[in-house]
Amino acid sequence: MLTEKSGTEKVFVIGLLISLGFIVLLLRLWQLQILQGSELRKVSESNRLRVIGVPAPRGIIFDRNGLPLVKNISYFCASLIPEEFDNSLIPALAKMLKITEDDLSHRLATRGQSPFTPVRLKEGLDRREVSFIEARRSDFPGLMIEIEVSRQYIYGTVGAHVIGYLGKLNPAQSKDPSFRDVPSEAFIGQWGIEKIFDQTLRGTAGQRIIEVDALGREIRLLKENPPIKGQNLTLSIDIALQKEAEKAFVGKTGALVALKPDTGEVLGLVSAPSFDPNKFSQGISSDEWASLMKDKQLPMLNRAVQSQYPPGSTFKIIVAIAGLEERVINDASTVTCKGGISFGKWHFGCWRKSGHGTISLHRAIVESCDVYFYETGRKLGIDKIYDYATRFGLGKETGIRLASEKKGLIPNTDWKTRTKKTPWFLGETFVNSIGQGYVAATPLQMAVMMAALSNGGTVFSPTIIKGERPIVLRQAGVRPETLEEMKRHLAGAVNEPGGTGGAARSASITVGGKTGTAQVVSIRKDSKYLTEKHRDHAWFVAIAPAEKPEIAVSVLVEHGGHGGIAAAPIAKRAIEAYMLPAEKKKEVFGVQN
Amino acid sequence: MFKIDRRLIQNFDWITFATVLVLSLIGIMTIFSATRQPADAVQSPLFLKQLAWLAISILAMVVCVSFDYAWLGRIAFPLYLTGIVLLVLVLVMGKTGMGAQRWISLGPVSFQPSEFFKLIFVIMMAQYLSLTGWELDIMHLLRAFGLWVVLPFILLVKQPDLGTALVVGLIFTSMMLARGLQRKAVWLVVIVSLVSLPFVGNIVWTGMKDYQKNRIIAFIDPEADPSGIGYHINQSKVAIGSGEIVGKGYLKGTQGPFRFLPERHTDFIFAVFAEEWGFLGSTVLLFLYFLLIMRGLDTARKAKDSFGRMLALGITFMFAVYFFVNIGMTLGIMPVVGIPLPFMSYGGTALLSNFISIGVLMNVRTRRFSLFY
Repeated sequence: MLTEKSGTEKVFVIGLLISLGFIVLLLRLWQLQILQGSELRKVSESNRLRVIGVPAPRGIIFDRNGLPLVKNISYFCASLIPEEFDNSLIPALAKMLKITEDDLSHRLATRGQSPFTPVRLKEGLDRREVSFIEARRSDFPGLMIEIEVSRQYIYGTVGAHVIGYLGKLNPAQSKDPSFRDVPSEAFIGQWGIEKIFDQTLRGTAGQRIIEVDALGREIRLLKENPPIKGQNLTLSIDIALQKEAEKAFVGKTGALVALKPDTGEVLGLVSAPSFDPNKFSQGISSDEWASLMKDKQLPMLNRAVQSQYPPGSTFKIIVAIAGLEERVINDASTVTCKGGISFGKWHFGCWRKSGHGTISLHRAIVESCDVYFYETGRKLGIDKIYDYATRFGLGKETGIRLASEKKGLIPNTDWKTRTKKTPWFLGETFVNSIGQGYVAATPLQMAVMMAALSNGGTVFSPTIIKGERPIVLRQAGVRPETLEEMKRHLAGAVNEPGGTGGAARSASITVGGKTGTAQVVSIRKDSKYLTEKHRDHAWFVAIAPAEKPEIAVSVLVEHGGHGGIAAAPIAKRAIEAYMLPAEKKKEVFGVQN
Repeated sequence: MFKIDRRLIQNFDWITFATVLVLSLIGIMTIFSATRQPADAVQSPLFLKQLAWLAISILAMVVCVSFDYAWLGRIAFPLYLTGIVLLVLVLVMGKTGMGAQRWISLGPVSFQPSEFFKLIFVIMMAQYLSLTGWELDIMHLLRAFGLWVVLPFILLVKQPDLGTALVVGLIFTSMMLARGLQRKAVWLVVIVSLVSLPFVGNIVWTGMKDYQKNRIIAFIDPEADPSGIGYHINQSKVAIGSGEIVGKGYLKGTQGPFRFLPERHTDFIFAVFAEEWGFLGSTVLLFLYFLLIMRGLDTARKAKDSFGRMLALGITFMFAVYFFVNIGMTLGIMPVVGIPLPFMSYGGTALLSNFISIGVLMNVRTRRFSLFY
């Protein structure tokens, strides 16, 4: 039996031990709350504060007449927080959202950073679907409706190669400091104007400093810096011209470039076939991307700047200018065309086998006589031709900011010995004088050349923003009389009887132009175009009105056959659309919202 | 036996009652703060439930004061058997929660038998030890261990309810020591514990569920995975420390209600309190528990018989173990063992069982004079 005394003693010892325990706890409290208190308070603050980026509304892009080309639209999506969801509800949820169970499970499987990051289930809900889902939300824990803003390209595929598209930050961009302010989920410009002027269009993202719980859910808003809307951009593009030209290209592949000769502004830039940038705006699926990339027509290739072709007879313009400037030919000098010219064991034919007879420069351009230009080329020599071609910007990048540009090729003797290790042959001069052989140019370069011809010889680097300071690349340094004379010849080729460009003749405006038919087979055996089709590429370069041009155009139709048939009508349609009064353009081409 | 005597009311232990009542009310306040929702949301009803349980618990306590505790000694063994049966039942047909089977449903109410088993165990041990009238040697120790501890311990580990198993083990050890062991027996306990630790540790470790293993790892190295295993401890330390001297103020805490702190209204309720009331408030709170335990020891000292003394000691030890393990874990100086803080943590069964225990403790004090009848 415990004695009273020993019992009291034991209880005393126990009390002492327990008191010691309390002292330990108090010391620990002291350590945490007083010694480490301020440090731990900071941790608790950072625990609950989140800084959320708010994307700024993107600037609107207008055409040169003030017609909006894009708009920002908001749309509803159904999202789900996986952590809060019970997977046994998948069949019921799929039924409610009207998507397949497979699709739903697939989307749920691709999770975000944490199980609390909402997973997108269905995009683009209409109002009825939204209220339907809202009413049933309580049956599906974790289900929510989110509002997203996306870019709508009003004209769809029209102008897509210029306007571009939006996409999420790619991994390289995520690391780039210049994108630091961009919220990770935001869409930024990834192509075209949207990419080049992304900084301008993007605006300044705002910030929301919010208090969140451990699940990252917003509890209250502490501070808000509203976003600053991106600046609007007015393009030099004329949507009337652009749309009309793309309509003319339906079913064809090729490109069109239209420039304003006195400033170098791009009035229209077509690469056909085009793509629909709207598909990128809400995140393109990998299947859609793969099919775009696998498309044999290469819709993502900007043919106006990224493809080069032999210019064919359109190159005769350069040879003619060179001949006039070097005085090897003049208005009165004639050449007799017997349907071809023999040189050594080779025969160089004219396209008209029966020959043109005795022919002047004017008729040689109007009828596109090859023999005339064989002769002129022979008199000039390839190095003179090279000189004048480069004076008009050929063989060099134009400096347009759109896509990585091809620079074309203008050969000379030096180039031949350097790259081919063989001397230049006179026969090659013949071939290149009519734009075949080594000569190659992009549709954009041909338009720049035509603009320089129109404006008295200023070679501009094409610009895409209306009112942007023109960028002069160089002066061609040719006599104004030469260029004036050329305009007459070009007008003749369209408007005179027997002119090869008759299909571009317009009732409302004097069009001047030159056809071109670039052989695909027989000359360039190594050409990559050989495998597809064997028809020739059709060219047409034009100015209008011919006396005092307000627009310079180049058209290329891949495998279009004869330039006068395939390309000239497209140029005509583009020019006529551009010449419509502004009011009429709004009426016909403006899109009502 | 159940008649209410005037002297019974005179001798009623108002200090203990006031202490546990204040602790329970602080607990309910803190539960409200810990579970509060953003302004516009529906408020959690947990604090109201706890308030209702408090009312029931006080009634149960009054009942437990009113009869002579000697009667408990007489029914100790049947009570113990009932407790064992309930522990078996919970394994067979219990509800699962948090990866463990601890609950039995009785219609709309579900309760945890292990909550009541602790008190039953104390009563049984008090009765057993008060009947052995000599200093205990090694054989007694082993016999007592074999008779009363092994079976419930296995059943509790099986649930698994390691917290209660630990409490039962600690109550047994401390009651044996307080009762008086031969020096040889004390040494045996120490040596056997030390030698068997690796083996038992290994068996327990392999038998543990993942979340239990994680708690041990987290205790040893909380920084190992701050968002995973060590999360509980880190968040608890942050909550407590950020309270600094005077605290953030009632309903101004952020760690608990915003769910950074797990188990914020149950096991980690002290962290929520300490964040809002700071060092000063926490010291006052700890003092209330100190008062309760000291008062319990005083009751044991003054008890009129051996059974009463062992009963009071056992109950006081039980509260002390709960208190130290819970606060120690919250402060990051003990492993995370999922046991609640008596009177404050949310949980109806626990509150009821605690008030019943307090009732029995007060019963011993009220009837401390042998001449009572």
